[in-house]
Amino acid sequence: MTQATMDTATEQTPNPGQLLAMHYFVAAMVLFAAQIVFGVIAALQYLYPEILYNQLDFSVVRMVHINAMVVWMLMGFIGSIYWLVEDEAETPLVGAGLARLNFWILSAAVTVVVLVYLFVQIGPGELRSIWLINEGREYIEAPRWADIGIVVCVLIFFYNIAATFMKGRWSGISGVLVLDLVALAGLYLAGMWFTPNISIDQHWWWWVIHLWVEATWEVLVGCIMAWGLIRTIGADRRIVTTWLYIEVAMMFGSGILGLGHHYFWIGTPEYWLTIGGFFSALEPVPLVAMVVHAIYDAGRHGFKSNNHPALAWLIAHAFGNFFGAGVWGFMHTLPQINLYTHGTQWTSSHGHLAFFGAYATIVIAIIYLAIQKARGDVWMSGDLPGNGWRWKWALALLNIGVLGMTMALLVSGYEQSFIERALGGSTWSAYFQAQQTEWFMQGMYWRMVFGWVTAAGLAILLWDMLTIGRGEKRPVAQLRHLAASA
Amino acid sequence: MNQPWWSNEEIWRKCAIWVTAGMCVVLILLTFDTVRQITAGSERVPDYTVINNRVFYEYDSERGYQVPRIGEPAPLFGEIVDEAEAEAMVTQGKLTVQAKNCMNCHTLLGNGAYYAPDLTKAWLDPGWVREDLREDLMVAFLQDPQANARTFGTGRRMPELNITEPEARSIVAFLKWMSSIDTNGFPRGFTPLKQGETM
Repeated sequence: MTQATMDTATEQTPNPGQLLAMHYFVAAMVLFAAQIVFGVIAALQYLYPEILYNQLDFSVVRMVHINAMVVWMLMGFIGSIYWLVEDEAETPLVGAGLARLNFWILSAAVTVVVLVYLFVQIGPGELRSIWLINEGREYIEAPRWADIGIVVCVLIFFYNIAATFMKGRWSGISGVLVLDLVALAGLYLAGMWFTPNISIDQHWWWWVIHLWVEATWEVLVGCIMAWGLIRTIGADRRIVTTWLYIEVAMMFGSGILGLGHHYFWIGTPEYWLTIGGFFSALEPVPLVAMVVHAIYDAGRHGFKSNNHPALAWLIAHAFGNFFGAGVWGFMHTLPQINLYTHGTQWTSSHGHLAFFGAYATIVIAIIYLAIQKARGDVWMSGDLPGNGWRWKWALALLNIGVLGMTMALLVSGYEQSFIERALGGSTWSAYFQAQQTEWFMQGMYWRMVFGWVTAAGLAILLWDMLTIGRGEKRPVAQLRHLAASA
Repeated sequence: MNQPWWSNEEIWRKCAIWVTAGMCVVLILLTFDTVRQITAGSERVPDYTVINNRVFYEYDSERGYQVPRIGEPAPLFGEIVDEAEAEAMVTQGKLTVQAKNCMNCHTLLGNGAYYAPDLTKAWLDPGWVREDLREDLMVAFLQDPQANARTFGTGRRMPELNITEPEARSIVAFLKWMSSIDTNGFPRGFTPLKQGETM
């Protein structure tokens, strides 16, 4: 039997790292709710452009929508790592007081940034605006003062994690995790500088966006997944670690030079068409491996787990990552196709499914693990009160909602690239012509409908998170027992 | 015991390290070359003084698509500027584009949001009707987008962004300079403003 199965029974209450993780999870879910609220407003503005015109314009709404997402996912990752660190290192968290202070500073900073986004919105064309209001660069709009603050917060977080592992036990998972965090924090620096040259600007901007989302974040969730599989189904540590190394080799082997698929059209040299096309086409391979790994391991243990919602969301992650990041990414990654689809609703179709499938799902899975322990290590397998309808409906509605938005946006994206690019000659009048076609607008309409479905799923998810396991008397199902009966 | 070599943890650990290190080295080498090729003043990304000249589009039969070309002097707002002034103008334009959060409705070089049209070739767009009218129309539009709105029937209007006249002029300089960047044929099949008739 593995290490994990031994200590499940012994540690009944959350450790200091896990108590801190709960703070991050609450903040993450608040921001998730904000993301959906602003997403629905933005979807409505596509259909009714007069909504909040000159008050809360699409640019502001969309910025809050995507920034809330980036920050809640980062907070979810940070929380997940604080959650697993003491368990994985087998020693108490180093610098727990500093870590708690860090959380409040980060949360206060995020609040100030969002309030400035909403109430100041824009500034004069001076460096001062970039420092204090917003940087105007998609995904990393946070003003410069906040950039510096984020770097400091991440360094404190890194110190907590690295120092804890150094004091305690190193494992394959923690080794990969710590090296990955170094890269993740270091890459953020590439996005912090102003240059008048838009080509240079976007070149470095993609170092942050791509090498985060398509490389270091993927490896990070690979680590969390590895730990999650040991925890939920009692998977064998040696097998999980070997898989993690295979995933790292494939992920970085394809994803680092896959960066080139963002260098097709921004002024960068032509050799990126070949390099970016080839390596980004390989990017789905590790994602297939991750599905095989997760499903095979779960199947080998008869899909029996001590936490059904968490296992369901881990499997949703494996498939969501493969379809959202892998299939939807591959569909428009080759330069011959991307020439027509770049900068159209194709990208938002891909973006919705990829961010949800790859990242939202796994953070939710870890939160369910956390809730289980916070409620006293209670039973969360089958036979929950009401047959666990809340978590099942939340899972279904969120997945259907996001998949529906993805398909709707894909139809709109097809229309746009066909009418604006292929037929219309890519002018502004061609752009607007495409935006008005019946099929484009149908896509936008259905995106809004599925946005409401997603919102309903989120509401039930939050309700379930607040209630599941309360009043439950049965103890957590033992993995040893589950494995034996499988 | 008799574990096959391909499922050996140690082999895959080494593999992960070497593959990652190798890819990083290749990326860093390519980055040196790429940054050299996209520094302003290079063949692909012209110097900021390009705003003193006519920028137009020409089909390149060898590459199979249209590429930007730099023609005879055609000073922006009727005034030839030196290198430092040109850079200052484009810099202020880019700062304004960031401070006004343009990228969360528009795309630039195809990146950003999809609520409003791409700005990569804004300078060359046929919507400006004639080359000699273009810069004044652009400055007027940026300063009062609500009154000058052209929604082409979508109802989507650019909001009031408190853009001053110097800021509007600098945005136009930035857009003119950006249109001269060699984007490997993006956006596909672009039909520019009727060129050359007024010059």
